[in-house]
Amino acid sequence: MSTHNVTVVERPRRNLWVQSYLPEVAKGLAITSRQFFKNLLTGSDIQTVQYPEVKRDYPLRYRGLHRLTYRDDGQVRCVACMCCSTICPANCIHITAAEHEDTSIEKYPAEFVIDELRCIVCGLCVEACPCDAIRMDSGIHAHPFYERDKAFLNKDYLLDLGGPSTAVQGGVLGSRSAR
Amino acid sequence: MDLVWELLIILLKIVVVVLLFAFPIGSLMTLLGDRKQSSLIQNRIGPNRARLPGINHPLVGIPHFLADGLKMIFKEDIIPRQANRFWHTLAPAISLFPAIALWAVIPFSDHYCTGTATMVDYRDVCVDGAFYNLFSISNLEAGLLYVFAISAVSVYGAAIAGWASNSKFSLLGGLRSSAQMISYEVTMGLSLAGILIIYGTLNLNEMVVVQGQLLWDWLPMWGIVVQPLAFFLFLAAMMAETKRAPFDVPEGESEIVAGYFTEFSSMKFAVIQLSEYVATVFVGSLVSTVFLGGWQVPWLYGDGFYFGNTDEPSIPLPYWLVIVLRVGSFSIKTLFILWLQFMLRWTLPRFRYDQIMTLGWKILLPLSLANLVITAFVVLVLL
Ligand code: SF4
Ligand code: SF4
Repeated sequence: MSTHNVTVVERPRRNLWVQSYLPEVAKGLAITSRQFFKNLLTGSDIQTVQYPEVKRDYPLRYRGLHRLTYRDDGQVRCVACMCCSTICPANCIHITAAEHEDTSIEKYPAEFVIDELRCIVCGLCVEACPCDAIRMDSGIHAHPFYERDKAFLNKDYLLDLGGPSTAVQGGVLGSRSAR
Repeated sequence: MDLVWELLIILLKIVVVVLLFAFPIGSLMTLLGDRKQSSLIQNRIGPNRARLPGINHPLVGIPHFLADGLKMIFKEDIIPRQANRFWHTLAPAISLFPAIALWAVIPFSDHYCTGTATMVDYRDVCVDGAFYNLFSISNLEAGLLYVFAISAVSVYGAAIAGWASNSKFSLLGGLRSSAQMISYEVTMGLSLAGILIIYGTLNLNEMVVVQGQLLWDWLPMWGIVVQPLAFFLFLAAMMAETKRAPFDVPEGESEIVAGYFTEFSSMKFAVIQLSEYVATVFVGSLVSTVFLGGWQVPWLYGDGFYFGNTDEPSIPLPYWLVIVLRVGSFSIKTLFILWLQFMLRWTLPRFRYDQIMTLGWKILLPLSLANLVITAFVVLVLL
């Protein structure tokens, strides 16, 4: 016979007992009333989280508002390579690059604006960034804005949400990753 | 003078029954039965956000129900342009009328005895006085017929509402509700015919009095004891009459928006909803009157509890306490049936339209006929 791993599920037997409907109704009632009284008396099965008072913890990898990480010396880590704004499917990252005094850095974003109204929270910008400069781990839910211009998050705001990157500058495994 | 007095008492009874019993319970059910009970069954909390001013407690969601009422009053009342204005306006009233009128014959307790009440052969008798009808609006001899007649009229409300709104959804809803009502009307009547044979009366209060009889000196002769099958048939038929799940095809949210009241808004919508809930409460009270002994408390008669057919009560009670116990017993039974209805509503998946028809015509109808024939036969042999 065939060696396929087949589980045969028997069709429910529709005998007179089942067809007469009342026993099955009684069974159903038993389940619902058990739940009813359990929740009425103890409330132990209630799944509701009372949202504004009780907040559910976001998972660690939750994609919240963007943030820009900074270097050890506090400068913005982004090198204005435009990878993120290129990959962004919503076309909502607007970067104006400028030349950095430090020749080893070359470029930095003079302006870095994310249009949160257009962002679809896909996370591709984070994937694309070669230097771990943009992240979405601020843990802040993308919230509504009362004024439109508030939704354009600029560089200062994004840096305020940020912190030092956990990646190592220069790509060499060093003391920072051990910390 | 007597006539004025009489009229005043009747008016008072109407006010108490309709405004203090039927309406509050009916409308509270929209909240407690529909929303709170379902939420507990489904492991949710249900409405708990609205607050009464100054009281920072959800109060099992009752403020929500007040807020709903306010909202309904202030909503715009829309009549579709092509609708028949006259009937569209009248339809909610037509559906509310039977729901209220039905309450006229429900006895909340036994007739008031002006002398001393006592018990002879498991029946209340009134020594040195007469029974005076104080606990039902009208002590109609043809009480049960009246109930059938009025509840048959209630289909007009739905049918007219559906027809007058000039919407295909409404029309379908109206048609479905008429079809469903007609199919279940028959079962409803036939399942009670057996009860009629046994009790030998149409008067609802008299029916309840007969249910005070004891079988073998200990078992109260409640309808559910002598006619268990009829109880289930009647409950099913009555649930279909109230157009509630699992028989909610007239509303059929997934198919025809809200059925016959799709085009109603504001207070008209509220009135139609309310009449449905009042009718649901009525079903509870009718089932408890006919099958659960109405105001009877087991072994309790005019002047106390009797265990056995003795002259003196085993536990004597003052007459007023007996009345309180009886009204309480009736209310509790009604609420229990109501609770059961909502429980069924949240337990059973809804029937398909053809299943409803099959259930009504091919299962419930033959069963109720069989029940009637067997009952008639048994009564013939035993009596
Ligand atoms: S999350 Fe997606 S849409 Fe939003 S900025 Fe990044 S790439 Fe653009
Ligand atoms: S955030 Fe990253 S990907 Fe975007 S421009 Fe800056 S360095 Fe490039």
